[in-house]
Amino acid sequence: MSANSAFNEEKGGSSNVGEPEYGHDPASGGIFSSDYKRHDDLKEMLDSNKDSLKLEAMKRIVAMIARGKNASDLFPAVVKNVACKNIEVKKLVYVYLVRYAEEQQDLALLSISTFQRGLKDPNQLIRASALRVLSSIRVTIIVPIMMLAIKEAASDMSPYVRKTAAHAIPKLYSLDPDQKDCLIEVIEKLLADKTTLVAGSVVMAFEEVCPERIDLIHKNYRKLCNLLIDVEEWGQVVIINMLTRYARTQFLNPNMNESLLEEGGGEKAFYGSDGDDDEEEDKDEKDKKKAEAPSVVKRKPYVMDPDHRLLLRNTKPLLQSRNAAVVMAVAQLYFHLAPKAEVGVIAKALVRLMRSHSEVQYVVLQNVATMSIKRRGMFEPYLKSFYIRSTDPTQIKVLKLEVLTNLANETNISTILREFQTYIKSMDKDFVAATIQAIGRCATNIGEVRDTCLNGLVQLLSNRDELVVAESVVVIKKLLQMQPEQHSDIIKHMAKLTDNIQVPMARASILWLIGEYCEHVPKIAPDVLRKMAKTFTNEEDIVKLQIINLAAKLYLTNSKQTKLLTQYVLNLAKYDQNYDIRDRARFIRQLIVPTDKSGALSKYAKKLFLALKPAPVLESPFKDRDHFQLGSLSHLLNAKAGGYQELPDWPEAAPDPSVRNVEVPEWTKCSSREKRKEKKVEKPFYSDSEGESGPTESADSASDTASDSESGSEESGSGSESEESDQQSESGSEEDEEEEERKKKKEKIKAKKPVPESDRPCAPFHGNGYGKDIKTFPAVCLADHAIFPLPVSTNQTITPSGNLKTYELLHRITGEGLSVEYCFSRQPFSPDPHMVAVQIQFTNSAASEAKNLHIEDAKLQSGMRMKEFPEIETLPAGETVSVVMGIDFCDSTQAANFQLCTHTRKFFVSIQPPVGELMMPIFMTENEFKKEQGQLMGMNEITEKVTLGEKCHGEHAVIQRVTTAANLSRSSCSSSPVSGSQVRWEDGDQWQPCAGQCENGDRHNVGQGHPSDPHPVMIPPTLDLLPLNPVNYFLSYGLVLSPSGQSAPVPHTVPP
Amino acid sequence: MSHEAVRVDPDMEYLTPGVVDLEQMFWTGLGATYTHCNQVWPNLYIGDKKTALEKPGLVEMGVTHIINAAEGTWNNVSTEMIHSLFLVNPSGDIFLEKHWKSVVSRSVCDYFLEAREKALDPEDVPPVISTPHHYLISIYRDKLFFLSVIQTEVPPLFVIEFLHRVAEMIQDYFGECSETVIKDNVVMVYELLEEMLDNGFPLATESNVLKEMIRPPTILRSVVNTLTGSSNVGDKLPTGQLSTIPWRRAGVKYTNNEAYFDVVEEIDAILDRTGTTVFAEIQGVVEACVKLSGMPDLTLSFMNPRLLDDVSFHPCVRYKRWESERVLSFIPPDGNFTLMTYHVNAQNLVAIPVYVKHSINFFESGSGGRLDLTVGPKQTMGKTVEGVLVTVHMPKTVLSVSLNATQGSYTYDNATKVLVWDIGKLNPQKLPNLRGSLSLQTGAPKPEENPSLNIDLKIQQLAISGLKVNRLDMFGEKYKPFKGVKYITKAGKFQVRM
Repeated sequence: MSANSAFNEEKGGSSNVGEPEYGHDPASGGIFSSDYKRHDDLKEMLDSNKDSLKLEAMKRIVAMIARGKNASDLFPAVVKNVACKNIEVKKLVYVYLVRYAEEQQDLALLSISTFQRGLKDPNQLIRASALRVLSSIRVTIIVPIMMLAIKEAASDMSPYVRKTAAHAIPKLYSLDPDQKDCLIEVIEKLLADKTTLVAGSVVMAFEEVCPERIDLIHKNYRKLCNLLIDVEEWGQVVIINMLTRYARTQFLNPNMNESLLEEGGGEKAFYGSDGDDDEEEDKDEKDKKKAEAPSVVKRKPYVMDPDHRLLLRNTKPLLQSRNAAVVMAVAQLYFHLAPKAEVGVIAKALVRLMRSHSEVQYVVLQNVATMSIKRRGMFEPYLKSFYIRSTDPTQIKVLKLEVLTNLANETNISTILREFQTYIKSMDKDFVAATIQAIGRCATNIGEVRDTCLNGLVQLLSNRDELVVAESVVVIKKLLQMQPEQHSDIIKHMAKLTDNIQVPMARASILWLIGEYCEHVPKIAPDVLRKMAKTFTNEEDIVKLQIINLAAKLYLTNSKQTKLLTQYVLNLAKYDQNYDIRDRARFIRQLIVPTDKSGALSKYAKKLFLALKPAPVLESPFKDRDHFQLGSLSHLLNAKAGGYQELPDWPEAAPDPSVRNVEVPEWTKCSSREKRKEKKVEKPFYSDSEGESGPTESADSASDTASDSESGSEESGSGSESEESDQQSESGSEEDEEEEERKKKKEKIKAKKPVPESDRPCAPFHGNGYGKDIKTFPAVCLADHAIFPLPVSTNQTITPSGNLKTYELLHRITGEGLSVEYCFSRQPFSPDPHMVAVQIQFTNSAASEAKNLHIEDAKLQSGMRMKEFPEIETLPAGETVSVVMGIDFCDSTQAANFQLCTHTRKFFVSIQPPVGELMMPIFMTENEFKKEQGQLMGMNEITEKVTLGEKCHGEHAVIQRVTTAANLSRSSCSSSPVSGSQVRWEDGDQWQPCAGQCENGDRHNVGQGHPSDPHPVMIPPTLDLLPLNPVNYFLSYGLVLSPSGQSAPVPHTVPP
Repeated sequence: MSHEAVRVDPDMEYLTPGVVDLEQMFWTGLGATYTHCNQVWPNLYIGDKKTALEKPGLVEMGVTHIINAAEGTWNNVSTEMIHSLFLVNPSGDIFLEKHWKSVVSRSVCDYFLEAREKALDPEDVPPVISTPHHYLISIYRDKLFFLSVIQTEVPPLFVIEFLHRVAEMIQDYFGECSETVIKDNVVMVYELLEEMLDNGFPLATESNVLKEMIRPPTILRSVVNTLTGSSNVGDKLPTGQLSTIPWRRAGVKYTNNEAYFDVVEEIDAILDRTGTTVFAEIQGVVEACVKLSGMPDLTLSFMNPRLLDDVSFHPCVRYKRWESERVLSFIPPDGNFTLMTYHVNAQNLVAIPVYVKHSINFFESGSGGRLDLTVGPKQTMGKTVEGVLVTVHMPKTVLSVSLNATQGSYTYDNATKVLVWDIGKLNPQKLPNLRGSLSLQTGAPKPEENPSLNIDLKIQQLAISGLKVNRLDMFGEKYKPFKGVKYITKAGKFQVRM
């Protein structure tokens, strides 16, 4: 009901407005009055005031569309109902719009504003449906609107809306591929989403828009693996297929070293950590490894990357899915990625699918046929499941036959042949023919049964059905080619068949056999030719050709008996209707009958005709089909389908596995223990040496953590499994020790806290005992004083991180020795709370003193006000003085222009506030903060890029960079009046309150229930990834500055 | 064509390269940067799709005609999985079409209809057909073809599975999936399709979610609707999609809380001429009908879960619990659903409940033959075998049959050559028998092959594998539900070779 009323509220006015407007619309009016009379009744109904009539009309229109009738001329009449109050009518109008908007672009634009309004609706479902329809309207002009809407929806609070945004991405991409770069940004953002609802859709968008950007997956890889089981079925398929490709580029072939194959992970150390374990053993080895990684990799026993294992482990349960597509996706993943020993698990699931609909069977059997060639053992236990029922459709029968043939080996061939015998009696002749072919293949593949098969086939020669006989002849021909000497009696038997068999292919085959092996049947062959010569004119073309062949061969081997016959046949052929036959006859005559004119070739005639011909190889049509990704359309068609992406080959050497490391808290734990302990001894706490040398200290610690994290990431490359075992093998006492130490530190932190930050506005970063173990990552949050009447206290300060950024107002040279800098001190400007305090620092580097420094002639935008600083009487040479002035920038980033005057000169200067400086401190509780945060729209977003250098590992350094770039600082969430604000760092899709240090009751322990060990939420989990690629930090973590309100906009942190 | 470089527009810097230059560029790949549109000759432009779609720009350039030289799928950016859906009836008429993006002409179906013509049986139509510009993936279900049009690579099973889901949804909504029903509810079907697929990618395929967005018709509601003129579109917006449990809607309320489970086992078997089992296995399915209020969390356990060799679950089942404890733990969807399917590990030792004595002879003279069939109970665990139905696919040359059944009745369809003998309940004291003569087409040779029998049967209150439900527990809600379990054994693909 509430949703309904929301719809009503929103659309209430607009439908009333819409109608009169429509009346005046010249375009639609024109269409009305002209020749479009056809649907007058429908138009009338749509124009009526009754919803029931409108609904009836819309239903009829949609029914027309469903039947494929054209209803485009109703567009103007329909489109105005887009704002209809009735949700049912509205829905049908949406359906209509999506179908016809592309054809009627101009008119479709009329509806856009409705959707734009819908995008801002408080109801998430309305937002989602507005985005869905908006993105489905394929009108190029609205591309920018769509882009904006998608960006906004990607930061929506509701996962459902974010899902819709993911769906909209490929739609926009297909409409305008130029948007690719922007869309990739959105995809990147959504990939970081931790909701199962979004995961499938965004991976689908990824696959459609930028499948080549495999780098975007790294940091989401483990998350996707872990979420997989809870993603909806269709998303699972897409994700699994994508991860198959990913794994092929990132991991090593698990089958490259089969003898050493074993369950990966676990006890064995991975590259990163083997330095610790067997350092003394293979130091040389390690050196070599650096030099020529790939070759060493081959020599090393293969150990599976834990991430590779993770994928295999997490996809396995999905073999139990009820959805055949999911099962198939997992099956192909195992086939392409798993060690040979483990691939077997998929067989059972695939066999299960054979009970499903015949279409599913069809596809599964195709894939099983391919797999059974490579891995016969896998399906052998299920041999009987491929037995054929007389009720199976022919295409299924043939495929099952294919699988049975592939599975045949020495041990089971007798069973299979017995089964084949039943099939031969089937009523389905195509199937019988396929069975005979299959028997032939079994015979060629398995030497032991060749004679049995041949005998069986020979028996079939007396079958009443001609097709069966014909097929048998063809297959026997192929088999005989392998060992003709032993089977002249069969050839004789077949020669007799020429009297009865009428199937051309079979006759041709027999003739070829006799010709080819005429030496084995010297008496019969000429006789056969005689008979054939008699019936030559009535034979089919392929038979005629073989008669000519036979004649030629006999002429060459036994010309005495057959010379005349051959002449006769060639003469007949000479006047045949068929070009080919005539040509063949001429050619052969020239070749075999020596005349004066015959060329050099005739000498070689015997060699040409009676050369030893290789036996045909009877092989499966599914051989080598596995170069297509199994389960794909391309595999099914055995041809590349549009948009098919090759499955890449395994890399020679594994790419850096650390790119997937994300869980920073884990990573902190697993970083090299020795090093950490050392550090603890040397520098138990960073803040101990705090104070005097701010910047140097911070640089120090940054590099410290950097080196630390380097080693850490190396080891954590071996991932969760080895980590676990690592940890378990650690002695417990050590753990306890550490735990204790951690607690102590925490106490220290608490003790330190009351240090009033306002005392040190310039170095707040070090003000708070910031150490490695601090679990908080505070930033400042400020509310808008326009919303909250200000309880301004003079002490309040909002300190930015690091030094206050100073800007130049007047350069020393232009200022003739006087240089002026300013910064936003973030102090409240006490004379007028609406003004921003600007601290101005004058430095007189000239030789003489400067006098009467003051401001004149301010040129301000309307609304802006300025409170000048009191005139500075004198500024002696070499001296520096600071003053504070106030400017009300009216929430804009417009510059304030004014003249700075000394006793001699006037300088035109201007102060332009950077984003995020127009703010005012305010105290708010967590709940208030949440409320405010909820009201923020994603539109007010300003992003900043932070590029972190190679060396810049470690949370400390990163935090500093980020806070610097954001121009914010960390602050404790204490109850002190300094800034009692709460801090939120976004951790995936959930806002985790900062914990640990706030004592004013607002504390949430998000961690696992240890009050002393609050959940370390503050460090965004991908920091160790940052150094490698410059990451748009704010995009990922949603630190958003939002100017809004009346006079002094304030930055907020806002969820994406 | 000039070999020299040409300045096309005197006011512009751009020189249209000559042939030599072009060749150079072609071989080296250098010197050209991508632009959307180039004037390559006075008043002749080569541009891309973007240019061609931008009408105002075209007008500005003075373009009057466009020749499309783009061919093939590679030139399109087509990003949807399923482009269009056509519903085709057995006689080849398209009676519903739905396009999720641009409209694909129904002429694309001609390729399919051609294949349909060629196939003897609708089941023989290949599920995947490749055409010059599209791929057609179709399913045949309930005598209808669901034909989807695909443009790019997509896992075929993905599409097939989705199409079956569509058919199931129609079945679920309207009780059956037939042409008449779809035609009668065309608007609702269209809306369902709209909801199920967004831009060719499945969006909402869970029955519970869909039913909240689009209400299924009921007799009462259709009466009310005709009176009030409202339709079946949900007037509330759904919430199910937003819960963590996408398959269950919130706010379910029943006065009688009930949960029924049907354990249905099917025997798949092939028996050879002598009655020996060539192949036999048991496939089971647990169908559930759960009508419980609120958010119940159910746990179903079996007495002998070791019997289950291979299982597949509804997404609601917690796989980990099954792995560790062999119990089914789940929050059920509301209404009817398939909880699990399983395969029983019986190593061919499956109890075959019936046997068939059969003889079929065709006379050498070739004008007729004799048929004699007797069906009797075998290993029935003391239960009665019901609903026995024997289907014989006769050779094509059998013209008519003249038989006498001691129990039940038989029919012979001359077009399909299918003999159906409906026996009903098996009485061990008096075995049903069907015998009589067959007449063949005159002049036709004696059929070489013997037909095979398909048997249908049903045994109530028995799970042939011996599987038993131990208990059903409910957590999360306070009321006491009524619980019930039923066992049925059926014949699956049960075939006797004669």
